[in-house]
Amino acid sequence: MKLTLRVWRQKNADADGAMSTYEVDGISADMSFLEMLDTLNEELILSGDDPVAFDHDCREGICGACSLVINGDAHGPERTTTCQLHMRSFRDGDTIDIEPWRAAAFPVVKDLVVDRSAFDRIIQAGGYVTAPTGAAPEAHATPVPKPDADFAFEHAECIGCGACVAACPNGAAMLFTSAKVNHLNVLPQGAPERETRVLDMVARMDDEGFGGCTLTGECATACPKGIPLFSITSMNKEWLRATRRSGKR
Amino acid sequence: MARTVWDSSVGKKTVMAVSGLIMLLYLVAHMIGNLKIYFGAGEFNHYAHWLRTVGEPFMHYEWTLWLVRVVLVVAVVAHATSAYQLSRRDIRARPSKYVHKKRGASYATRTMRWGGIILGLFIVWHLLDLTTGTVHPGGFQEGHPYQNVVDTFSTWYGNVVYIVAMLALGLHIRHGFWSAAQTLGAGSRSRDRALKTIANVLALLLTAGFIAVPVGVMTGVVS
Repeated sequence: MKLTLRVWRQKNADADGAMSTYEVDGISADMSFLEMLDTLNEELILSGDDPVAFDHDCREGICGACSLVINGDAHGPERTTTCQLHMRSFRDGDTIDIEPWRAAAFPVVKDLVVDRSAFDRIIQAGGYVTAPTGAAPEAHATPVPKPDADFAFEHAECIGCGACVAACPNGAAMLFTSAKVNHLNVLPQGAPERETRVLDMVARMDDEGFGGCTLTGECATACPKGIPLFSITSMNKEWLRATRRSGKR
Repeated sequence: MARTVWDSSVGKKTVMAVSGLIMLLYLVAHMIGNLKIYFGAGEFNHYAHWLRTVGEPFMHYEWTLWLVRVVLVVAVVAHATSAYQLSRRDIRARPSKYVHKKRGASYATRTMRWGGIILGLFIVWHLLDLTTGTVHPGGFQEGHPYQNVVDTFSTWYGNVVYIVAMLALGLHIRHGFWSAAQTLGAGSRSRDRALKTIANVLALLLTAGFIAVPVGVMTGVVS
């Protein structure tokens, strides 16, 4: 396959960026999108140019490191991570636009790499449980009803890639935050921090400069792990409950 | 607790949802009242007068009406203020646009902000036209709402402004009602179809019900 790539190039956080056009040839339909970019970078290095910087790690769709807005879609046209997107989703001769995640809370570091540490700080605000350290507890000591376990697992699937923020017209992190809140709030292990978790994580999310939710549903459409839009509804419910309770104290 | 609510984006959305639902309830009553115009001047004017004497003798003359007006003003101000502040936050949170544009969410969703502004301006005109009579075409007659309504909808611009605003209202309710349910934590996978249906039915009934009045005047059924 022969492709025309229009890639966002930006030297550093302070520099102005622009789209640069590159031609790549000999792309196999079985290559992943990142392998296609590796091919481009090899050519750039051989010709003495600066390779395109992009985030990647496991390349198995589970680490959440890869990003990229491809032709206007976070993680591209398929509902998966960019590393699991294959070139068979494109056609010979296509022009592909590749841009970084866009959000005030995710500043561009270089080219296609953005700083997602705002997510880490949201997690630090409440994405943990209080547990005694030492030997693993007996598995049957804390029963979890099956529907609750399923609900927790559905939200635990979030890999924190930030596609929800990139897809949201308001640059909101509601889907990420709600996935983390719901995952722990439904479980008995998360019960001691049930109220403080949702209040603190939402407050941190606001402080980081993410936008608010207007329920456009773009986040859930972009999510490679299929976190449902109702995740946000559940978090809103938790937030209202926690606010009522903290008011009584 | 009030501080926590107002300082949080989720809290401000709650304010929007609650104030929106209050206005929606009012609109249902308002729409049903408006339709009495089809029963003739006598019944319509009598109904309008009754609005001033509701709750008597416990309530003094016009007390109930003013109570409703105060609640509505508070709701409008709360709704608009939180909408403005949340929109500013949203725009700040996404300073650079994507080069590759993609079609966005549904039309109703995308037009919430402009639709809201149109509705705000409409309310100002509507009050100046039919409550105070300041911009009313022809002589405004206090206590004769039937004739006033007919006067307004005998002008081309009265019909255009009103119908455009009511279409905006329908779109606003279509996304707003469903969103309010999500914000208040009432939505779920199993209830989603029902909530969307209620939102669409409300939007359709209110728009059709309100537009029925200018259509009645235009077709000569109401004159």
